[in-house]
Amino acid sequence: MRRDILTSLIAAVVFTILLGLVYPLLITGVSQVAFPGNANGQKIEVNGKLVGSKLIGQSFTSNPRYFQSRPSATEGGEYNAAASAFSNRGPNGRATAQADTENINKYLALNRPYDSALMVARIPVDAVNTSASNLDPEISQANAWIQAHRVAAKRGLSLNVVDRLISKHTSGRGLGFSGERGVNVLELNLALDGGSR
Amino acid sequence: MTVAGWLTIVLFAAILTALALPLGRYMARVFTGERVFLSPILAGPERFLYRVLRVDPKREQDWRSYAKSLLIFSLAGWLLLYLILRTQDAFFVPHGLNPLGYHSAPWDVTFNTVSSFVTNTNWQYYSGETTMSYLSQMIGLTVQNWLSAGTGIVVAVALVRGIVGRSIGCFWRDLVRTILYVLAPISILAALVLVSQGVIQNFTTSLTAHTLTGLTQSIAMGPVASQEAIKLLGTNGGGFFNVNSAHPFENPTAFTNLFEMLLVLIVPAALVFMFGRMTGNRRQGYAIYATMMVMFLGAAAVAYVAEAHGSPAQHAAGLHTHVIAGSTGGNMEGKEQRLGIAGSALFDVVTTVTSCGAVNSAIESFTGIGGAVPMANLSASEVIFGGVGTGLYSMLLYVLLAVFIGGLMVGRTPEWLGKKLEAREIKLAGLGILVTPLAALFCTAMATASHAGRASISALGKGPQGFSETFYAYLSQANNNGSAFAGYTGFVQPNAGNVGAHGVTFADLLGGLGMLFARYAPILFALAVAGALAGKRVTPAGLGTMRTDNPTFVVLLIGVIVFVGALTFFPAMLLGPIVQGLTGHLY
Repeated sequence: MRRDILTSLIAAVVFTILLGLVYPLLITGVSQVAFPGNANGQKIEVNGKLVGSKLIGQSFTSNPRYFQSRPSATEGGEYNAAASAFSNRGPNGRATAQADTENINKYLALNRPYDSALMVARIPVDAVNTSASNLDPEISQANAWIQAHRVAAKRGLSLNVVDRLISKHTSGRGLGFSGERGVNVLELNLALDGGSR
Repeated sequence: MTVAGWLTIVLFAAILTALALPLGRYMARVFTGERVFLSPILAGPERFLYRVLRVDPKREQDWRSYAKSLLIFSLAGWLLLYLILRTQDAFFVPHGLNPLGYHSAPWDVTFNTVSSFVTNTNWQYYSGETTMSYLSQMIGLTVQNWLSAGTGIVVAVALVRGIVGRSIGCFWRDLVRTILYVLAPISILAALVLVSQGVIQNFTTSLTAHTLTGLTQSIAMGPVASQEAIKLLGTNGGGFFNVNSAHPFENPTAFTNLFEMLLVLIVPAALVFMFGRMTGNRRQGYAIYATMMVMFLGAAAVAYVAEAHGSPAQHAAGLHTHVIAGSTGGNMEGKEQRLGIAGSALFDVVTTVTSCGAVNSAIESFTGIGGAVPMANLSASEVIFGGVGTGLYSMLLYVLLAVFIGGLMVGRTPEWLGKKLEAREIKLAGLGILVTPLAALFCTAMATASHAGRASISALGKGPQGFSETFYAYLSQANNNGSAFAGYTGFVQPNAGNVGAHGVTFADLLGGLGMLFARYAPILFALAVAGALAGKRVTPAGLGTMRTDNPTFVVLLIGVIVFVGALTFFPAMLLGPIVQGLTGHLY
């Protein structure tokens, strides 16, 4: 009994040092040397100023010249990357249906004037439903193709040019089969700014 | 549904099996004390650890002594973790490891969190990036990710030894070998793979970005990859961030999603093959593996179909949820675009058949039937692969029960792998199987019947969802899983950093005690079974011996698992997710 207590106490301390300090610091050291960009969050800087991370979505709602991210319900405003949170909207919730309806109406009001064929049945689900992290950096291709009409008109670009940019910033599936294709909204918007500025 | 979606499920199962076979062979060698290819590197550190811990590596323990070492070590870990979390902002903590100056969470939330991490549950009432300092995440939570995983694995190894031989081993030797030879090499490799794909690993305070539309965005940072790797490999599941593996910094791409799912299942799957090898008849392992795989694929298929169909709320709003060009449709509420419907449904099944409980999507937002799948997985007491170690030892208890029932049906004394099964083992196995459901249902009843339990429900007054939240909370904690209908809360935190925060004492304590009971009681029963079997002489199989390595036995075993789970939990599931799934009614 006494021997077990002694060994347990030593083991708790020794393993805390090995697994709680040595291991994370080892991984940090190797990562910072081998993959500094990834290890530090794939920062995107423009003219030396940090504009965001490739992996973290951001809000573009105030400017319709930009592609819009998915709806986000983080506390303290959309895309609060200091406090990720689920929306926890139930599948049979009246409130969920209401939130969906609101997002549908917003989407229609924003895009219908530039794409007269757009109707509720054609709106892709990711444009209406909040993501899991509420920080989703991507939208579906269908969502991007619809928004392309608006962005092209607002920026005086041809639809072809915008669609080509969308393809350029669409990620493939993992190993060719895992996950879904998505369009990185921040990178796409940066490319638009770079090209039309 | 799409072809790529189905391919994800099928190819995942194939890759998993291909990787688990060699790992199972390797682990069998590790735990029978043979040399492996890592021995030249690790034998030195192993001897060093025995010397520092004052352990005699040649000592053999009986089951009581083994259990005593395990319990005392777990208690020491519990106390140390409580101390670390409660002194988060003490003077001796370097500023760089608590850069945002977070205070400690209240005592009741900490009780729940500590019990949760020590029992391999990783139920989280707190939200990582607004509650925990980097130091707490590293030397507190990450360390228990390793140790609770190791503790689970050694119990399974001890039980296997008891089944096949005369001795069950030595707790300290098994723990050291598990960590050094199994967990450490895979975890270090996996952490680096994750960083190479975009998981972050740094000690930066947090980023302040100035977005394209002129807003300021603050982005949480931290040493994520090191914790992420062992969180998955040890089937722990407690996320660095609040949204766990849905966070782009924890799970940045569709490839990492696949890789993370493999990390979760690799050890539980390999343990089954290890069992087959250690019995001297690999087919014993294949039979159990087949049982698990059939149930796993069934669960994944149901979840995928349900989620691809979409939810009543979406349809009420007028959304069309079928596949169109450029979008797969389905229930994308609470799911990430890059992971997709299939990647989310499969991840959910992977982490609820095991005790992992990591999530890459909001389970609360799953459709009724989609949400019933993780509940059903939990109701099977996590024997479909299950947690590292816990899965195998729980499954072996079910095997005992199935052999016993089979013996009754043919009217002979049941025997398994040459050992006669008698009243003592069957009683112990029965108790070992029943304590977890008992804890789950008792806690659910307490929480739904009492006024104090209602404080935790976010969907209160909104139909079956509120019951589902409660039921899932205690089902998950009792099974040491840790995934959640995340609306259920035990922690009120108005500000990041815990200033002015308080816990929901009832939910914190009930859940914490439930986790501790449902972790250690089955461990004791499993070790007691190991002890009872280790004392028996092996007699060669006769003509009347029921075989446990053929398809008939697989069917019998599936039947036993399904019947025990369904008889225990079906009424509760009817009240929650099934009502929602079948009626499509809005509340």
